[in-house]
Amino acid sequence: MIFDWGVVAYAAPLLAEGVVITLQISVLAGILGLLLGFALGLASLSGIRPLVWIVRGYVDFIRGTPLLIQIFLVFFALPVVGVRFSEFWAGVIALALNAAAYVSEVVRGAVGAIEKGQTEAALSIGMTRAPLLIHVLLPQAWRPMVPALTNDMVTLTKNSSLLSVISVYELTRAGQAVISTHFAPFEIYLLLALYYYVLITALATASRWLERRLPAW
Amino acid sequence: MRPVILSARGITKSFGDRTVLAGIDLDVAEGEAVAIIGASGSGKTTFLRCLNRLEMPDAGTVKVGDETIGETAFGRAADARSLARQRRLFGFVFQRFNLFPHLTARGNVAIGPRRVLGLDRDEANWRAENCLAKVQLEAHMDKRPSQLSGGQQQRVAIARALAMEPRVMLFDEPTSALDPELVQEVLDAMRRLAAEGMTMVVVTHEMRFARAVADRVVFMADGAVAEVGPPSSFFGAPKDPRLQRFLRHLDHAA
Repeated sequence: MIFDWGVVAYAAPLLAEGVVITLQISVLAGILGLLLGFALGLASLSGIRPLVWIVRGYVDFIRGTPLLIQIFLVFFALPVVGVRFSEFWAGVIALALNAAAYVSEVVRGAVGAIEKGQTEAALSIGMTRAPLLIHVLLPQAWRPMVPALTNDMVTLTKNSSLLSVISVYELTRAGQAVISTHFAPFEIYLLLALYYYVLITALATASRWLERRLPAW
Repeated sequence: MRPVILSARGITKSFGDRTVLAGIDLDVAEGEAVAIIGASGSGKTTFLRCLNRLEMPDAGTVKVGDETIGETAFGRAADARSLARQRRLFGFVFQRFNLFPHLTARGNVAIGPRRVLGLDRDEANWRAENCLAKVQLEAHMDKRPSQLSGGQQQRVAIARALAMEPRVMLFDEPTSALDPELVQEVLDAMRRLAAEGMTMVVVTHEMRFARAVADRVVFMADGAVAEVGPPSSFFGAPKDPRLQRFLRHLDHAA
């Protein structure tokens, strides 16, 4: 078999366009997922029963169903009840909803892992639940959260390739377009893998940098 | 006799089928310092934690002044907010300090006044600095707990409790986690507090402290109060055989 460098040279800039879309989707879905995930995580830590149950049900649903089905639900099923998004935004929303469930579990876990004496000390000076969470537990939970949240963001970025099935012109879809016209699956999929690998490595490096910069006591 | 400020009646507590407290009664007068001693497992710490509801007693009542902890003025069960307010009647000092590691000494003491009492930043810091000065830590206000010795950390913890202006201070073996050379500075801080008239209940293994500072000493055994008395008779002429044995063991150890 001959490796076709010509098609690689041809595809590389085309795929770069896909990279831009993949980055846009990942960043937007990442931010939305983190925000919603934190809100859900705090809700499940609030001790308010109905909130706790709602979050638990939501996390169960997301974990118990394939992401592909969740994407279809947002893109094909929601329009039936009158909620319609473009491919791009349907993809962003589906990925964000998915990531939020996992983020909420990370938040809940990291805060729950803070030593019990911290909670007791806060209670002993008359704190109620909200200031305890905001001023005592969360500030200590940031750093231990970072590695797990990085995992979630890495997964989200890789999962964005699934959006090719609803015709979002992201990296994977861009590659498939080249393959369909030039029939070079070996070269192009290898190139796709390389692009993703570079993206993920950059993300992981940024996360390690962030973790080092967050204070530890 | 000074008026009773803290009154515990019939406090019981079981963990599973193990009875830890079998009905404890204790009255503490305003300004009094009471030391509680006893073998480990005798329920001293659990009793202390039942007073400010870090532990929920199975039965019994705790009153501070005319407030019943866990109840509203109309005898109904207190909600989380009023229980939190009632907890402020007590200051609690933990064996393992439990300082907030992400805050400076000043921040540890100021967080209560600021986030619970709602003082503004300057007022809260000012109050924190006063309390830290009381335990002679004015030189260490900007240090984090990890930069302080155990004795200094425990004094910050005392200041943190004092900043809430509690009616009664509870100490749970405050020197047990300390290196021997650091015990004295904490005991000195407590001694000054007692001399200023703070009402204190101290669970401790420091017999010299109990003897020198406490107005009364309580000996707990098997989840009950086995003997109570002023230090002179308590240590000089103990009546309960378990207390006699306990004190003998300590003599041998020393």
